[in-house]
Amino acid sequence: MDFYILAQQLVNGITLGSIYGLIAVGYTMVYGVIRMINFAHGDVYMVSAYVAAITLAVLHSFGVDSVPFAIISVLVVTCFITGVYGWTIERVAYRPLRGSTKLAPLISAIGISLMLQSYVQVAQGARDQGVPVLVSGALRLGTDKDFAQITYMQLVILVASFVAMAILTYLISYTTLGRQCRATQQNRHISAVLGVNTDRIISSVFVIGAATAAVGGVLVTFNYGSFNFFIGFVMGIKAFTAAVLGGIGSLPGAILGGLVLGLTEALFAGYVSTDYKDVFAFALLIVILFFRPYGLLGRPEIQKV
Amino acid sequence: MKSIGKFLAATSLAGSLLAASSAFSAETIKIGVAGPMTGANATFGEQVWTGASAYVNEVNAAGGIDGKQIELVKGDDACEPKQAVAVANRFVDQDKVKAVVGHFCSSSTIPASEIYADAGILTVTPSSTNPIVTDRDLDTMFRTCGRDDQQAVVAGGFILDTLKLDKVALIHDKDTYGQGLVDALKKTLAERGVEPVLYEGLTRGERDFNALVTKIKSSGATAVYFGGLIPEAGPLIRQIHEQGLAVKFVSGDALAQTEIVSAAGGPQFLKDVYYSSAADPKQDPDTAEAQEALKKANIAPDNYTLFGYASAQTIVAALKGSNNGETEAQVDWLRNNAVKTAVGNLAWNEKGDVKDFKFVFYSFDDKGAPVAAN
Repeated sequence: MDFYILAQQLVNGITLGSIYGLIAVGYTMVYGVIRMINFAHGDVYMVSAYVAAITLAVLHSFGVDSVPFAIISVLVVTCFITGVYGWTIERVAYRPLRGSTKLAPLISAIGISLMLQSYVQVAQGARDQGVPVLVSGALRLGTDKDFAQITYMQLVILVASFVAMAILTYLISYTTLGRQCRATQQNRHISAVLGVNTDRIISSVFVIGAATAAVGGVLVTFNYGSFNFFIGFVMGIKAFTAAVLGGIGSLPGAILGGLVLGLTEALFAGYVSTDYKDVFAFALLIVILFFRPYGLLGRPEIQKV
Repeated sequence: MKSIGKFLAATSLAGSLLAASSAFSAETIKIGVAGPMTGANATFGEQVWTGASAYVNEVNAAGGIDGKQIELVKGDDACEPKQAVAVANRFVDQDKVKAVVGHFCSSSTIPASEIYADAGILTVTPSSTNPIVTDRDLDTMFRTCGRDDQQAVVAGGFILDTLKLDKVALIHDKDTYGQGLVDALKKTLAERGVEPVLYEGLTRGERDFNALVTKIKSSGATAVYFGGLIPEAGPLIRQIHEQGLAVKFVSGDALAQTEIVSAAGGPQFLKDVYYSSAADPKQDPDTAEAQEALKKANIAPDNYTLFGYASAQTIVAALKGSNNGETEAQVDWLRNNAVKTAVGNLAWNEKGDVKDFKFVFYSFDDKGAPVAAN
């Protein structure tokens, strides 16, 4: 019994953690390139949940029954539309303020976050919305009574996050766009002088960040089945924590931070207390930052004098 | 130039004073409606507002109270106690309301009602079921809903006697309503000699309760009682099913909403779900008039729409019954008279609680429609 409970909590933690990680990627990428936190990111994730549900409804009305086709096309459409949101946010809330103080874009991002929330609340209503169950069933290990399981949807989440991360890592490490991203990250002015269109690169980073949030949004929507206009808030905070924990600016760090946070929450909730799981998770964050101020995989920023 | 400027300023000031006084002489009766109009629980605030405004529109169309029109003022507390106090101060100082429908969440109603009591403003909450709301000897505080301690006694009886289960996991959302309800149930169970196998609080706003569900599973519970609202109840119910737990899920009146079906992911997840609520107002012949009026106005008779409607009816009845008199007269009238409302015939005791409020248990049919369970 005990073994299965532990295994089940590990499955719970890893699934939750990989979702945190996917959302955290958006924070970390934007921070990496422009050294700013995109506080509207949680709400981009929320918008993607709505886009996913609407796309699914449209597909359904066209009589699409194949579940894998539905999931993949919802993913593609949602990534695209949410990417447009990411691009727009950068154009509206960040680019005009790029030359001003560091705090100005922070505030405008919070403004965008509130705007998105209110817009979705007014346009879609405040009620909890739901999507039908697409994938049911689970892989079970153990006897009829004592077992640990991973649902097929949780498997889809793990595979999709793995694939999304692999694509992203390839993009950043091996493509021209990735090379330009890294150059912009190291020094925006020098990159511009050397012919990199840094404005375009920053835009692409916002689009990529929004698209990974959309992958998370689609998966979460299909897994938990319900969402409202407010889901971006808690998820945004948790994902931001994961990004900081793993070392903000580092891609593998975001995933590692997400997994650490998810596993900590699941194990602490499972064996100690659900009431205090967030207290413990954030206390752990403080302890880790105490010993590793730049997070688990973060590299210290060198100040050139 | 300077003197011209001063002159212009003076006239415009006089003009605005004039405008203010003319607005005053139009003599509307202002009633505040407070609740979560934004935030995670905005759907409930909207329902209360819709219900209250539907009734007020009717009264206004029929000539108002003594020829005076009623004007509703909206207050958004987002179910945040701090914001509730700000709304209450605005209602009292700025809007100068005569009565208040609200607030929604117990945690908001409790601090806000102190301000209304100081200002002598009649307050009728459509939904705050926490005992403390009316247990503080505030004369002006009334409710059209039941109390959690009544609800908990009924729930204890339902779980132990009707479902015949005694391994109960108690889950709450750490908010005044949810935890209050669960604590009251814990007391009821203790009186019957039953200790809960698990007592845990989850975090509002999250969607993943799998770790908690696994813990419920390992506790060996056969029944889960949840004190909380729909955004958390839905995913919790679904994850309990997905992890294959054979437990009965019991909850309070916050689940009396059609949206629980979509929040839980479909009616197939609601098979072993029960909730207590006021006896279905739609079956009560006393509410026929209100039903008809809502139908005519093309408004869905959602649970809190009905309670918002009923709260507005209570206030208007008290204002009319006391001939639009002082607060004391209004309070006196409510204590000695019954009002035919959208949720049935209501009468109040000294505390401001509804006399003989009845909680009934419901479960769901195959399509997710509520059916009486006992």
